[in-house]
Amino acid sequence: MRDTSYQAVMQRKNEIMKKSVGMDYGKYESGSIAFDYEGMMRDTGYTIDEVIRIQKGFSIGDTRIMELKNITALARKCAKPGKGARIFIKDEAANPSGSFKVRRAAISVYQAKKMGYKGVITATSGNYGAAVASVCAMAGLKCIVVQECFDSKGKGQPEIIEKARKCEALGAEVVQLSVGPELFYSVLLMLEETGYFNASLYTPFGIAGVESLGYEIAHQFRKDYNCDPDVVVCSNAGGGNLTGTARGLMKANCHPQIVAASVNLKGLHMASDTQFNRKSFTTSHTGFGMPFATNPDRSDVPRSAARPLRYMDRYVTVNQGEVFYITEALASLEGLEKGPAGNTALAAAFYLAQEMDENQTIVVQETEYTGAGKHVNPQLSFARENGIEIKFGNPDEEVPGKSIILPEHPSLIRARDYDMEHLRKSYIKNKIAGFDKPTAEDIKFLAEETNTDCDFVLRAIEEISK
Amino acid sequence: MAKKHDYVQIHRIVLEPDARADTIPEDTHSVPLEMWVKGYLNEESAKIGDEVTITTRTGRQVKGVLVDEAPHYTHSFGNLVPELLRVGDQVRGILFGEESGEGAK
Repeated sequence: MRDTSYQAVMQRKNEIMKKSVGMDYGKYESGSIAFDYEGMMRDTGYTIDEVIRIQKGFSIGDTRIMELKNITALARKCAKPGKGARIFIKDEAANPSGSFKVRRAAISVYQAKKMGYKGVITATSGNYGAAVASVCAMAGLKCIVVQECFDSKGKGQPEIIEKARKCEALGAEVVQLSVGPELFYSVLLMLEETGYFNASLYTPFGIAGVESLGYEIAHQFRKDYNCDPDVVVCSNAGGGNLTGTARGLMKANCHPQIVAASVNLKGLHMASDTQFNRKSFTTSHTGFGMPFATNPDRSDVPRSAARPLRYMDRYVTVNQGEVFYITEALASLEGLEKGPAGNTALAAAFYLAQEMDENQTIVVQETEYTGAGKHVNPQLSFARENGIEIKFGNPDEEVPGKSIILPEHPSLIRARDYDMEHLRKSYIKNKIAGFDKPTAEDIKFLAEETNTDCDFVLRAIEEISK
Repeated sequence: MAKKHDYVQIHRIVLEPDARADTIPEDTHSVPLEMWVKGYLNEESAKIGDEVTITTRTGRQVKGVLVDEAPHYTHSFGNLVPELLRVGDQVRGILFGEESGEGAK
């Protein structure tokens, strides 16, 4: 009988991972800080054409890009004369499971089936669970979704409960846990027990799956509008959405400015039982966005394929009230009812468009499905039940966990820049910890990882070591 | 009373507080890590609070305490949030004039 204590299972982590992903991460390691990221991505064995073909086989992708003419007009009402770029949104909610995440799931599940796994396990409270369940249903594989769902009083976020329902509706087994990062331990135990494939969000398969999204944006834009988009905004949490989209755009030789947008949940601890239900966003927030940007390898695989700092030109935050406001505006002005979390990037784009000229274009690269629990109304209603103050005012005064401030007027919606230099230095600091002297290869790697140059990295290291 | 093969929900403690990870916040560390799973009851019959075994939809055997028979979802669209009506009225008012934003105050 194997030792199932927390410590014993965590010690077997790498061995379990190797069996459950069918990948030996060790071969990409240099022994120092650097590792062969592109080599790992190449070894997925899937070209962009193959990714698209696999997804097409599951009726995934080729979603519409819609011009939000009324939202654009509203932004122009708030902008200086001549300002207010055209705002577009890619309707990823039209995918089988209701979000872009199914692109990610498709390649993982395809790989699992190809390698002969009987089932798939994934750890997620988000849209990815439904995505994996949906593709498993099509592929005839078993599916277990493990969710962090309830606080110690047994109370769950309506959004997460709805996602559990959807996974079950698609035939998955849903294992629900109370708050805590030891969810990973439970997943490892189940991987050992079942021998299933680990459809982690962070494998190269998952990220390769998102590349088709960026690739499509480039080609659709060129076909429909005879130009490349100037800016693409991605709602950012674990970084896979941004990484995959940016890589796909690059594969189409398209180079817009890439902006990450997260909901500001500053001050709320992600592993806190008492603060769990005081968040009105379960994803696309800074609680994931910042730590995953500055330390991507904290994910559930030895090396994450989601490395957003490589591709991010700008990182902005928006507040909860602003995203709820823009979600309602999207319904009222464009006739599009979508889930709030996916609209994080839209709230940011609404402001960013006002910095840009009227003849420029800005693309929000996803929408997500909505429904009971996973809709702006139940989320605000739940927040109010939990003692969160909801009122109109200046969103700058919102305090995450205490208040949600809906902007008194749409001109008060803002995207607040996060200091990229600080982010990059935090990343370097995290990476060099535990290493005496980075090698020349490490310096080059860190420059690639932070989208900077060797001089920047050397200066940062000098500063950190002081 | 649930019968064999009925679809039920069980609950179990995965980690007691003292077995949890050292790195988690104090409030989380002071409570156990709990798990809820649904599946078909293996025993001939059982009542809420009984220790039972279930077969999940993927065929796993899981032990736990029976907490619900025929579990169902109760999540909804929540209570009326009047602020959302005001947002909708406001943006229509700004864009299409006062009449379309009749309710906006």
